[in-house]
Amino acid sequence: MLILERRPTPSRFWAWGTPFLAVILTMIAGGLMFAILGKDPFEAIRTIFWDPLFNAQFAAYSRPQLLVKAGPLILIAIGLSLGFRAGIWNIGAEGQYIMGAIFGAGVGLAFYPMEAWFIFPLMVIAGAFGGLIWAMIPAILKTRFRTNEILVSLLLVYVAENILASMSLGLLRNPEGGGFPGSRNLGQYPSAANHELIAGTGMHWGVVAAFIAVIAAYILLQRHILGFQIKLAGQAPRAARFAGVSPDRLVVLCMGISGALAGLAGLFEVAGPAGQISIDFNSGYGFTAIIVAFLGRLNPVGILLAGLLMALTYIGGELAQFMLGLPSAAIQAFQGMLLFFLLAVDLLSNYRIRVPMLMKEAR
Amino acid sequence: MNRRTLLASAALGLGLSFGGAAEAQMDKVKACFVYVGPIGDGGWTYQHDQGRLQLIEAFGDKVETAYQESVPEGADAERVLTQMALSGCNIIFTTSFGYMDATNAVAAKFPDVKFEHATGYKRDHPNVSTYNARFYEGRAVQGTIAGRMTKSGKIGYIASFPIPEVIMGINSYYVHARKVNPDVELSVIWAYTWFDPAKEADAAKAMIEQGVDVIASHTDSTAPLAEAAKTNGAVIGFGQASDMAEYKPSPRVSSIIDNWGPWYVKRVGALLDGSYEQVDAWEGIAGGEVLIGEITDAVPAEVKAEAEAMRDAIAAGTYHPFTGPLNKQDGSAWLGEGEVADDGTLLGMNFYVEGISGEIPQ
Repeated sequence: MLILERRPTPSRFWAWGTPFLAVILTMIAGGLMFAILGKDPFEAIRTIFWDPLFNAQFAAYSRPQLLVKAGPLILIAIGLSLGFRAGIWNIGAEGQYIMGAIFGAGVGLAFYPMEAWFIFPLMVIAGAFGGLIWAMIPAILKTRFRTNEILVSLLLVYVAENILASMSLGLLRNPEGGGFPGSRNLGQYPSAANHELIAGTGMHWGVVAAFIAVIAAYILLQRHILGFQIKLAGQAPRAARFAGVSPDRLVVLCMGISGALAGLAGLFEVAGPAGQISIDFNSGYGFTAIIVAFLGRLNPVGILLAGLLMALTYIGGELAQFMLGLPSAAIQAFQGMLLFFLLAVDLLSNYRIRVPMLMKEAR
Repeated sequence: MNRRTLLASAALGLGLSFGGAAEAQMDKVKACFVYVGPIGDGGWTYQHDQGRLQLIEAFGDKVETAYQESVPEGADAERVLTQMALSGCNIIFTTSFGYMDATNAVAAKFPDVKFEHATGYKRDHPNVSTYNARFYEGRAVQGTIAGRMTKSGKIGYIASFPIPEVIMGINSYYVHARKVNPDVELSVIWAYTWFDPAKEADAAKAMIEQGVDVIASHTDSTAPLAEAAKTNGAVIGFGQASDMAEYKPSPRVSSIIDNWGPWYVKRVGALLDGSYEQVDAWEGIAGGEVLIGEITDAVPAEVKAEAEAMRDAIAAGTYHPFTGPLNKQDGSAWLGEGEVADDGTLLGMNFYVEGISGEIPQ
């Protein structure tokens, strides 16, 4: 039998050191896995972490793509991290992301083919609103009826996926698409398109929003009373209640902010890189953002770096797949290892392992 | 895989190429494939990958291949395609409908790379071709077997998404079942997925409970056959996309096999000898793209003969599965006596034929 014993004062060094150790352990274990698959582990690791940034053939394209891929991850993870800090578990960001995209694209398509400056801002508001109301369902069910927000928010993802399918086949379907599912391509509708702001940089409004969110969250947590309440509610719920923090208000606020940010991410994605509402529009950003939030220690700056790292494993992973013939499942396992090692190393930095029998003998 | 068909098609591809050389010859071609599922799905993606392997078999050192599995349809596809083009692919096959816009967008940026998009209809640039297979021809054969084999008079169709491709299949299946069994009833369950064994199994269970005893599926897993297998021969079904031979002789009594190899061999061959041109291809049983898997002995000999006659008539071009008189579901006339549906109508098909109950979801 092993017993986990909480360390009275976890090392400050390891609080920041664990993500780096987790990355190194992932590289070692991942390298072993690649070697077992019969690929050169050093080449595989180099392809994943080095080539997208510095390989002459790919870097010019891959570097901006890093921002494109990291943008929605960071935006969603920032929202999630606020709730996670307060012990409010919004697991359904994927659904909020979908609803944001549907609301935002819906508003844009309603104006088609009119060209006006206010269409894109309206879409942004609608996108945030779509994510917000989808997150309000678990929030209100929790505050009114004490349901579990983890379950409700997660299950609403599947509801959102079905709404997405229905929208691509019905209401939002491109009338000139020959009966095929999927909306008009917003990329070909200038007033609604979220194009690159500076050509060749990958910088679009979603990436800008992600950076703003990082700064805003940083200020919120460091300087604002709400940030203090969030941290207090997570660390000492009873103390928070005595200090006058309303748990219900925090639930609504945290779910609302994370929902709205996920909705925004969906809107920027549908108007930009994805271009259209389609049955398979969502590709797991909402779930991956959970990993990003934890990898970044629920800290805004940490999330920024974690988002970029995660994006790197995606883009490098794609390169490794077709350059080296690695199966996609191996890349997914590699990304999973990252979370696994992070949680494991975290556990060991907060707890120490005791073997009771040995302890008895020592006495 | 039918080796003879492969070689014949390869020869055809090379033979055709002597007419009008459109491009310069190449010594070596790098062919790249983008797959929507894992190559081990046993259905759609598996068959595309078999086609890739045939390509290697046919050209050996003259072809180099690369592929990427489980690429989401959407923004990620565009990046994967761009990276492939940057890595030196000469021809890129994008093997799912959802890659359509990404294929065309990337094709615009790489005019020297050829793009071939499966099941799509957009060819916005001269370097984009499309290819598809007439799966509804195979459905005609399945419908014939279903109509003859059902004892309860109820047949089922597990549908994926309400897109023309699938609706075409449902209509063809029903029309040919009704032809041999005028009282047959069809129930359709929409799974809203291409590949989800659990959902597909649930759909099959629901049908079996309703008394359906012949199940066709338009989803890619073997789960519906696995459910049918639990009924001790009371319920039969068909292999979809691949042969699914492990369920022979029953419940799998026949199958539609997507045979992409000949097409890949033909196109890469054309690129090698310089005869490559932009096309919009839609081949069926005749072209070898659609194969009918062995009809097993679980089916009486006369039914088997009837189904094979149907297959051969379609292959010979003497019969088109959508030949009038046919009405739409609402009773309005669609095809007059002897009239044959044109490809445009089929590719945009958004209605059921008369006799099918239920609505196409919107």
